[in-house]
Amino acid sequence: MGLKKILDNLKPTFSEGGKFSAFGSLFDAAETFFFVPNETAKARGAQIHDAIDSKRSIFFVVIALIPALLFGMYNIGLQHELATTGACATDACPCSAIWSNFLYGLAVMLPKIVVSYAVGLGIEIVVAQWKKEEVHEGFFVTGILIPLVVPVNCPLWILAIATAFAVIFAKEVFGGTGMNIFNPALVTRAFLFFAYPSMMSGDKVWVNGNYMDSINGAPAVDAVSAATPLGQLAAGEAVTASPLETIIGTIPGSIGETSVIAILIGAVILIWANIASWKIILSTFAGGAVMAYFLQYPDAQNFEWWEQLTVGGFCFGAVFMATDPVTGPRTESGKWIYGFLIGAVAIIIRVLNPGFPEGMMLAILLMNVFAPLIDYLFVQTNINKRAKRAIK
Amino acid sequence: MSLFSKENGEVFMGPLNLNNPIAVQVLGICSALAVTSQLKPAIVMGLSVTVITAFSNVIISLIRKTIPNRIRIIVQLVVVAALVTVVSNILKAYVYDVSVQLSVYVGLIITNCILMGRLEAFAMQNGPWESFLDGIGNGLGYAIVLVAVGFVREILGFGTLLDFQIIPDSAFVENGGLYMNNGMMTMPAMALILVACFIWVHRSINKNIEQ
Repeated sequence: MGLKKILDNLKPTFSEGGKFSAFGSLFDAAETFFFVPNETAKARGAQIHDAIDSKRSIFFVVIALIPALLFGMYNIGLQHELATTGACATDACPCSAIWSNFLYGLAVMLPKIVVSYAVGLGIEIVVAQWKKEEVHEGFFVTGILIPLVVPVNCPLWILAIATAFAVIFAKEVFGGTGMNIFNPALVTRAFLFFAYPSMMSGDKVWVNGNYMDSINGAPAVDAVSAATPLGQLAAGEAVTASPLETIIGTIPGSIGETSVIAILIGAVILIWANIASWKIILSTFAGGAVMAYFLQYPDAQNFEWWEQLTVGGFCFGAVFMATDPVTGPRTESGKWIYGFLIGAVAIIIRVLNPGFPEGMMLAILLMNVFAPLIDYLFVQTNINKRAKRAIK
Repeated sequence: MSLFSKENGEVFMGPLNLNNPIAVQVLGICSALAVTSQLKPAIVMGLSVTVITAFSNVIISLIRKTIPNRIRIIVQLVVVAALVTVVSNILKAYVYDVSVQLSVYVGLIITNCILMGRLEAFAMQNGPWESFLDGIGNGLGYAIVLVAVGFVREILGFGTLLDFQIIPDSAFVENGGLYMNNGMMTMPAMALILVACFIWVHRSINKNIEQ
């Protein structure tokens, strides 16, 4: 228990009046990060109490994201290799290539994660200290989600600006963790999408080509192009990736979104730990499937309707974004409607609007706005129903 | 009462700061979002509104005792519309490119809430000189916010200021640099956020403003 002792000894210097009281919120965050706090909310009123600190539930989400993160790192290296050599097929690659691809992706990915956490947590700590509150843990998930939903070629300074924008204008101005209307990670992506569209779409951004190579001294791969399946569909071209590839995830795309398998492992972890609502995940897929069946791409060749659910950010959004408990509905029946509409709207945007090849981000942001309304309707319906029963 | 008495100073200075039409009264937001994507149209728009508010205030103030109460809004609109037509034609004659950029928003000054508000709330009760000061003050109060927002939006959205390149060409990605213009700044949505930031800063400085 050495660490505990150190923390206990340090505590007075960080408390009010202590030498480092300006960093009190940082110390508090570190302390509760390492040890579960003794006190939970007092049992008053009719709330349901759970011993789990929100830091613990947040960490389950981070754990659930690890498969997608690891696969995303591997895929960065793989896409880079495919683009530069133009030869290597997945199954022909020897094990060493998998390992070197992974290390390449790790080196590309680490700075993005560091930037996202540094900027986001930095702002959170400053705000917490300013408002004399605790640092909330919500950003631990957002900070890992942000690098996963951007294309690999997104420069770090742009990522930093977008993260700062989302944390300030999507979260802190609404009152911080738990108060936000929109999912901050998606606001980051939306900001990037509208502010720097050339960095977020097209066929040049999905392969890491500029930054790492120039650092390593290798010739910079300029203008390597690799179109995502959705990009090809929006352009009316035939999709080159096979269904198997889209499910395994060896296709170009935002870093964490390509592998259906890795995301489903995360989904299992989330549902098993009782953190994400399986109703939202299931109904999102249902909504997407129904809409994809009735609304198919008019000129797509070799593209079955169900493949809609495996390409782009559909799975990632359904599992990690739509299930955000803060921005989603609270009522259990509302979750069905919410998820179903996210899936349906995402497909509608994809198919009907050629300007937006991917509709998942906009669909979830749109439904975030409607979540309180859905809740209101279900709560009112229930109140009316019970009122009638009472009068009878 | 002297022309530059303390009360008149108050009438003029109030709208510039503590009674700013955009930052405090939150009026005239729509045109503030639409015309501020660059600095030049923002300045021209601010000046146009200042001129129109000032002179319509004076005219209405002069005839305020003869306007029948039941049709006063119509009379005000006629006066404003006449002035807007004059200003619009002057803009077309002398700064044609800006007037094209401003498009319908010059004509829409007629429906600007600041104008109608000042005519109803001030010019109908006060003399022409006070009304003139009030009009100039409110117009400039509006223009300040427009210029501030237009400044930020043009420099971050286009890298220019009054069409003069501020951020060096070599810094851009196309020319081998790292910098890119922020496309979000060219959209009205970002103007809303910038106006909100302006209000935020303004209220943090002046804590005594009534909410």
